Amino acid sequence: MGMLSRSPWVIHYDGSSCNGCDIEVLAALMPRFDVERFGVVNTGNPKHADIFLLTGSINEQNKPVVLNIYNQMPEPKVVLAVGICATSGGIFRECYNVLGGADKVLPVDVYVPGCSVRPEAIIDAVVKGVGILEEKRAALRNNLKSAVSQA
Amino acid sequence: MSERTIIPFGPQHPVLPEPIHLDLVVEDEKVIEAIPSIGFIHRGLERLVEKKDYVDYVYVAERICGICSFIHGLTYCMAIEELMKVQVPDRAQYLRLIWSELSRIHSHLLWLGLTADSFGFESMFMQSWRLREYILDIIEETTGGRVIFGSAKIGGVRRDIPLAKMDEIMKKMRVYRKDVAALCEQFMKDQTVKHRMRGVGLLSREDAISLGAVGPMLRGSGVAQDIRMTGYSGYDRIGFTPITETAGDCYARCMVRVREMDASFQMIERCVEQMTDGPIEVKVTGNPNGEFFMRSEQPRGEAIYYAKANGTKFLSRLRVRTPTFANIPPLLTALAGCQLADVPVIVLTIDPCISCAER
Amino acid sequence: MATQQIIEISPAELLEKVSAMKAQGQRLVQICCSKLPDRLEVVYSFDQDFTYVSYRLTLADTSTLVPSISKIYGNSFHYENEIHDLYGIQVQGISIDFKGNFYRTALKTPFNCAPEAEVQVPS
Repeated sequence: MGMLSRSPWVIHYDGSSCNGCDIEVLAALMPRFDVERFGVVNTGNPKHADIFLLTGSINEQNKPVVLNIYNQMPEPKVVLAVGICATSGGIFRECYNVLGGADKVLPVDVYVPGCSVRPEAIIDAVVKGVGILEEKRAALRNNLKSAVSQA
Repeated sequence: MSERTIIPFGPQHPVLPEPIHLDLVVEDEKVIEAIPSIGFIHRGLERLVEKKDYVDYVYVAERICGICSFIHGLTYCMAIEELMKVQVPDRAQYLRLIWSELSRIHSHLLWLGLTADSFGFESMFMQSWRLREYILDIIEETTGGRVIFGSAKIGGVRRDIPLAKMDEIMKKMRVYRKDVAALCEQFMKDQTVKHRMRGVGLLSREDAISLGAVGPMLRGSGVAQDIRMTGYSGYDRIGFTPITETAGDCYARCMVRVREMDASFQMIERCVEQMTDGPIEVKVTGNPNGEFFMRSEQPRGEAIYYAKANGTKFLSRLRVRTPTFANIPPLLTALAGCQLADVPVIVLTIDPCISCAER
Repeated sequence: MATQQIIEISPAELLEKVSAMKAQGQRLVQICCSKLPDRLEVVYSFDQDFTYVSYRLTLADTSTLVPSISKIYGNSFHYENEIHDLYGIQVQGISIDFKGNFYRTALKTPFNCAPEAEVQVPS
């Protein structure tokens, strides 16, 4: 385990969810589930974050907000689409103001279905996300090494 | 006079779990005016009635909001039942009441935590969410879901609570009632809490009425208005009295919610005493016709469902007026003249639920 | 359940009727609009002690101007912005007029548009 995966920092943004998944994300931070024991910290600042937890579906208005948060996050970064709305649009897919799941604008690494998603599933997803984060970091480092050796 | 600055608040803000955007016009540290801009979570789900028939729409109604989900579903069901002249069996009404009040307790505990967190009282945040988990356990045991219960249906409820289970739950509830009361006492008697909330975010009785405030916001300003007084879904049988406070500040609104939680425990207890065995649903046939405004009291205040049906499977219009939407104009009045540092506290004392407000 | 009634009025009578409601100390509970195949309906609802009274305007289309009641009821501005943004109802003289930016949707007046327009929204 590397430095990143021992304490991944998470940023949470509510796209257009019904709140159900958001309170479950918060519930995962609470004493019952307590993801902080794994070093997971919920931050409000995208520049501090490694993992982007997106709940709810994408619409025209939140698209720039979501992209803005994603672009501000430092590499390597992982995107988790939490809840069925974030994975595909869910029950609201047919609504006129819903474009679809998070993958309409972002490269999603882990899909977490559920309506609403259970805190256990969120914890599982974060653990999976940490694995991907490590892989991305290794890839980034290799790229850097090869770039240096070429130069 | 010093210069005026506009400070944007949100949509992504550490104290807000949900996106709302306020443009705060400030003069030094004093807020002169707040201008809201919403629409980040607007889904347009009212129009889904054109695609989903009136029976299926219960599931969409439940998902308008993940906090007061059961009461949303229930209000929708009651509106359709009123149109179709369906008489819901007594036991179903009591069960609906129990789940409504459980939702209220869990919603108020959630709010208590977030409010405490908004001024840095993090241990209170953790404690109230810890207690909330116990309430969610009861909800999960009886309905199968933590957030979306899925137990309301047109003509009754989907699940019954067996007698043995009910006794077991009541035993636990008596313990939780004491725990919640102790927690609330700690919060309300705390010097810092009083200091941050007394006299902050004032809303006078006149303003509350003329600006159409609802729920604890209205009752905190001394108006005894609670839709549960109309006695829907069995509230008439358990002797409901509204809870009011007169100060109209943040502290009064907190006090209303804290006292409501205790009243909810009491109501559930009375409900269980009065319940008798019986059917939990009636069969509903045919299609709704006519129009009706159904009102119910959610944790955040009065919700209105306007259903207009034309005798087919699909409603021609469903309009949902949620409590947070009604509470935005009074919030702007309460924000005017406050200090910039008090903005999060005042915003949280209306208990905002943006996904409700924008639908 | 407490009683409720709906009274039909014309846009010209609106301000007068609403002022009378305010004088009685009624609360403005909601304003809503419904799109029916041949007409639009705007309903203003008031409540006092659980007596629920609504006034209904029937409009043939969105060309009729509706006066704003925000001078009488300060909270009407966001309902009026809502019916303007979602249905295209023209409300005159709203105290805080967002001019169509209250709900920023990809589709203009989504509750009152031709079905073809909806298909064009990227899915």
